[in-house]
Amino acid sequence: MSMSHDIRNRIAKRAAKEIKDGMIVNLGIGIPSLVPNHLPHDVYVMFHAENGILGMGKSPEKGEEDPTLCNAGGFPVTIVPGASYFDSATAFGMIRSGYLDITILGGLEVSEKGDLANWIVPGKRVPGIGGAMELAKKAKKVIVVMNHCNKKGEPKILKTCTLPITAKACVSMIITDMAVIEVTDKGLLLKEVMAPFTAEEVTLKTDAPLMISEEITTVT
Amino acid sequence: MFRIQDGCTIMFGGFGGIGNPPTVINGILEKGVNDLTLIGNDSGFPDIGIGRLVSQGRASRLIVSHIGSNPVAGQLMMEGKMKVEFSPQGTLAERIRAGGVGLGGILTDIGLDSMVEEGKQKVTVNGREYLLESALTADIAIVYAKKADTFGNLIYETSARNTNPLVAMAGRYTIAEVEEIVEVGELDPEMIVTPGIYVDLVVQSSGVDWKWAWE
Repeated sequence: MSMSHDIRNRIAKRAAKEIKDGMIVNLGIGIPSLVPNHLPHDVYVMFHAENGILGMGKSPEKGEEDPTLCNAGGFPVTIVPGASYFDSATAFGMIRSGYLDITILGGLEVSEKGDLANWIVPGKRVPGIGGAMELAKKAKKVIVVMNHCNKKGEPKILKTCTLPITAKACVSMIITDMAVIEVTDKGLLLKEVMAPFTAEEVTLKTDAPLMISEEITTVT
Repeated sequence: MFRIQDGCTIMFGGFGGIGNPPTVINGILEKGVNDLTLIGNDSGFPDIGIGRLVSQGRASRLIVSHIGSNPVAGQLMMEGKMKVEFSPQGTLAERIRAGGVGLGGILTDIGLDSMVEEGKQKVTVNGREYLLESALTADIAIVYAKKADTFGNLIYETSARNTNPLVAMAGRYTIAEVEEIVEVGELDPEMIVTPGIYVDLVVQSSGVDWKWAWE
């Protein structure tokens, strides 16, 4: 993803505001992994990893890494008091049974109904599904963080996904470099714009119809 | 190693290389077998863990949840040199577990309304629809653990546990590579994760001989 460090952190910082004290949270790789850096110190969260950890802590200091203790992306982590280890079947059992309050995932396309596509571009890029289907379908709140447009400048928020979907009607909120959009029963609601963009610019770069919130704010 | 032959199915424990058994994988590479079917969470990285078997072209088929961290796997798939069957990660874990505990398959709603449901039977239970996902077993299962006793009881280390306890149960012949082998009676029975009946051979690990992606 060709996006500046500042913009990636701005998206992560906004996503962090959705996480409340006491939640069980799973973060995807990429921008989602930056979210913990933006959590206030008094917010106590149990971070879940698909490879079998509940209670991941900060990244270890350089030289302090334990090569067996890693997140689902394969990067070294630490644990917090109260953490536990378990096998991958149990890790996914927790997801399917609905214990996850929030998951923050990357996305290729999101539809106006909240369908998510993020696992395959047929014939081009086939990284595979990983744990995305379980997380997207079963977490209580699914937040997608991504570029507002693809590399060609085309909208990624569409009336209908063109790529094979990961899960139907699963996304609650989309946070991009341009906007914060909520998926509601009536359609997509533009709630915040990321400065310096305007609501008009966001609407122009969004394929699906956008309702504009009466209390729209600007994230600076 | 005489059990590992061309064309056999090998199930491996590990997740992103962590918990793949390095010494056994190197042994399979040195033996020079081909046309393997590999079943496990992912295809590792090109020079890490199970990824070595994939990037050296030893596998003709993979059953995994993703290959994103191993570009060579993607290339072999696109060139038609290797078949890849993708299973959602949690479904794959349960298919392996089902194979290990004597079940024929599992019912799950994960994958309904997506490409994953293609060619699979749908079953309705109490008014809810599920996909029937078949169980997986293998000729050989290879796992990594922290400690084994001489009966084959295993305990694991932090997140290197991942799929290993599931894979250990699903092999018709299970090889456990471990950091330390102790006498029976030395492991606390309360701490044992994999009971020794599932393990046929214990191998002393020579340790990891690759650099991790983050190093």
